[in-house]
Amino acid sequence: MSKLMKLNLKVWRQKNADNAGKFEEYKVDASPDMSFLEMFDVLNEQLIETGKEPVAFDHDCREGICGMCSMVIDGRPHGPKQGVTTCQLHMRSFNDGDTITVEPWRANGFPVIKDLTVNRSAFDRIIAAGGFISTNAGNAVDANSVLIPKDVADEAFEAATCIGCGACVSACKNASAMLFVGAKVTQLSKLPQGKPERETRVVAMVNQMDAEGFGACTNTGACAAECPKQIPLSVIANLNREYIGAKMNGK
Amino acid sequence: MTLESKIPAGDIATKWTQYKSTVPLVNPANKRQLEIIVVGTGLAGASAAATLAEMGYKVKAFCFQDSPRRAHSIAAQGGINAAKNYQNDGDSVYRLFYDTIKGGDYRSREANVHRLAECSTSIIDQCVAQGVPFAREYGGTLSNRSFGGTQVQRTFYAAGQTGQQLLLGAYSGLERQVGLGNVKMYARHEMVEVVKIDGKARGIIARNLVTGKLERHFGHAVLLCTGGYGNVFYLSTNAMGSNVTAAWKAHKAGAYFGNPCFTQIHPTCIPVSGHYQSKLTLMSESLRNDGRIWVPKKQNDDRHPNDIPEEERDYYLERRYPAFGNLVPRDIASRAAKERCDASYGVGQSKMAVYLDFKYNMMQKYGRTEASKLNIANPDDETLIRLGKEVVKEKYGNLFDMYKQITDEDPYEVPMRIYPAVHYTMGGLWVDYDLMTNVPGMYALGEANFSDHGANRLGASALMQGLADGYFVIPITIGNYLSKEIHTKPISTDHEAFVAAEKAASERIDKLMSIQGTRSVESYHRELGLIMWNKCGMARNEKGLKEAIAEIQALRADFYKNVRIPGSVNEFNPELDKAGRVADFLELGELMCVDALQRNESCGGHFREEYQTEEGEALRDDENYMYVSAWENKGDTWELHKDELKYENIKIQQRSYK
Repeated sequence: MSKLMKLNLKVWRQKNADNAGKFEEYKVDASPDMSFLEMFDVLNEQLIETGKEPVAFDHDCREGICGMCSMVIDGRPHGPKQGVTTCQLHMRSFNDGDTITVEPWRANGFPVIKDLTVNRSAFDRIIAAGGFISTNAGNAVDANSVLIPKDVADEAFEAATCIGCGACVSACKNASAMLFVGAKVTQLSKLPQGKPERETRVVAMVNQMDAEGFGACTNTGACAAECPKQIPLSVIANLNREYIGAKMNGK
Repeated sequence: MTLESKIPAGDIATKWTQYKSTVPLVNPANKRQLEIIVVGTGLAGASAAATLAEMGYKVKAFCFQDSPRRAHSIAAQGGINAAKNYQNDGDSVYRLFYDTIKGGDYRSREANVHRLAECSTSIIDQCVAQGVPFAREYGGTLSNRSFGGTQVQRTFYAAGQTGQQLLLGAYSGLERQVGLGNVKMYARHEMVEVVKIDGKARGIIARNLVTGKLERHFGHAVLLCTGGYGNVFYLSTNAMGSNVTAAWKAHKAGAYFGNPCFTQIHPTCIPVSGHYQSKLTLMSESLRNDGRIWVPKKQNDDRHPNDIPEEERDYYLERRYPAFGNLVPRDIASRAAKERCDASYGVGQSKMAVYLDFKYNMMQKYGRTEASKLNIANPDDETLIRLGKEVVKEKYGNLFDMYKQITDEDPYEVPMRIYPAVHYTMGGLWVDYDLMTNVPGMYALGEANFSDHGANRLGASALMQGLADGYFVIPITIGNYLSKEIHTKPISTDHEAFVAAEKAASERIDKLMSIQGTRSVESYHRELGLIMWNKCGMARNEKGLKEAIAEIQALRADFYKNVRIPGSVNEFNPELDKAGRVADFLELGELMCVDALQRNESCGGHFREEYQTEEGEALRDDENYMYVSAWENKGDTWELHKDELKYENIKIQQRSYK
């Protein structure tokens, strides 16, 4: 058993969307082998035992794939390590005696529900606007009847690994959702099956993104730097290319 | 009530085709008047909701997560089976059917499994059409790999995140229908009660988890696609929120629960590291394609694995099961690991782990091929490792990264340490051939039903079943019921049955909130999990199961006296959500032990220590136990009904992988 670390936490507490929030300070002992969320479990058990309200935070799979966990840790979405979600961040990435500040995602498009939990349904509405291929079950031809070069499939896959967590929005000074939208547009526009709708798709998704209150991209690149799945900035370039192409064609 | 599995007559190979051609249909105009509730948006739920909406039905879909895309199907890693025979290695629908029945240790229903194998090929076509980026070969064709319990390559995959890609495909189909107004989506909602009118399922009571308010929703039919109940063990590979609540409420409302004790313990998970641990992480079965499992030949060997020479290693799966080697089914691999660890050959700090080692194949399989491509005639070890590592990275990179992130050890340099963990539940709500429970109008799809995997599920078959049920089975079979419901007008949610169901749910919540004891919900869940793991886990016996039943009853009584739930009802209160789920697990746990106790045989993942062969293999009793145990809730007890299994196409025999 490794030695316990003594940590000071500054955690954002907010009763609900209608109330102003503020930081509260807590002390927690954590093992270096714990995940960041397990450290929060320990904090919450302490709070419950002393009759206080636990901290509400989103989490589910705890293996870095569902995209539900969402904490800004010391000013960085998903914390200090590159390419990992909060649930996969381990306390060995911190030092004994550290003070750690934890806040919710910060963006107009993601209103706070409670404490560290935010509402990300805007992302679902962007997908509903166009992030799909219009095919009904039963229509498909044999899977090998359309050959797809490996590099194209790999490129589509890389973009498709987006987990929809929203770290890109939270990291961006403009709260732009371009990395998220660019990832889906890139996946579907690269594949032959997605080509028939590529122009209507990109326009519909971008319009919805604007309607949800996400900002524009000013090419800072913070989104790609903080993305836990390391979606590359090139998907935004591709999104712009697809969008301009569609607009040139009068879509 | 007698159970009718409603299996259509006729030859197994043509049964489903015949059924599809003759089942009653609902015309498009009538479909628009029929409302369907879908609970859960994983592979089964999302694909069902999307497909039924495409057909014209009015659908309402519910999930407890903040978005339907987060359902735990997303975490499935290795792949999805389909009898495409793209590798020309002798695969066929029959072979997939046979492998699945045998893998399930002859405890699943032939007709359902054959239909599953038939649908498997269409699933791959459908997913590719949706833009699922499966792994491909350089020529542009789809790539395959092997999974346990089979000798062909029929598993389609997208690196180590196949579930994610398949779910996002189904989710995009679902969101498309949301955009078109054919599906109304309710995220952050949990089903807490079934509404029955004149014996038929007619709706649900759902709790809005943000406001805490109870809502009434009508449907002509209710589909439960709510996944498995592995979290009854507290530590499992399931997501934190995965729960049995919807299925359990259905059970309390009359639906029989099938084979509750059939749970799958997955052999390759990252071992437990401390008491604070909240969940276990799977390392995909696909790793057993290239990873070799071993322990030292010497007991309590503390040497570093890289210092243990080849001749002092025991590749126990290859030794015991030469025909299938490292690719034996999960139940067998898990028990073999436990056997070695119990006999003091385990490794790592806790000694409850075995090695999964990639070095041999990295060098000899991939390193040599790559060297040959580069015309390197006599590559040294360093070159082989360097070249092989790149191939392994492409195949399993995300899994290796995940392992390193969790354990702080580099699996490219040292073997992984792994140990079995609870992963999947083969048991679930009893359903007939139409996937309908014994409550008319209430269906169960995917992991939530009992039907396709018998006593042990083969790898890469869960994704197959979820999508087969949602895309291809329910859209057809539901017509058999709804064609008779076209005259039923939507029932007002002011109906007394809705009022009563909401009242029951509300009283239950108030009761939990009023306890205000001293112990956290989490502490009860952890304690229940420990009882289940120790006494109803990888090995079970009569004495332990009887003890477990008494312990669970006592724990449940204590829960209702001493649990403390902070906050209030009408607000976002995750502790209250969790309390409701743990309350249901505290009842389900008992039923699992009751079921394990009545099944005086060993089969698949259900290993009763009293019933084993001399070599320690599971010993079935086909004469007395070749049935699905379907349990009817009777308040505080249960009554057993037997759904006899008939094998007309496959000869039952002792399962052998030697």
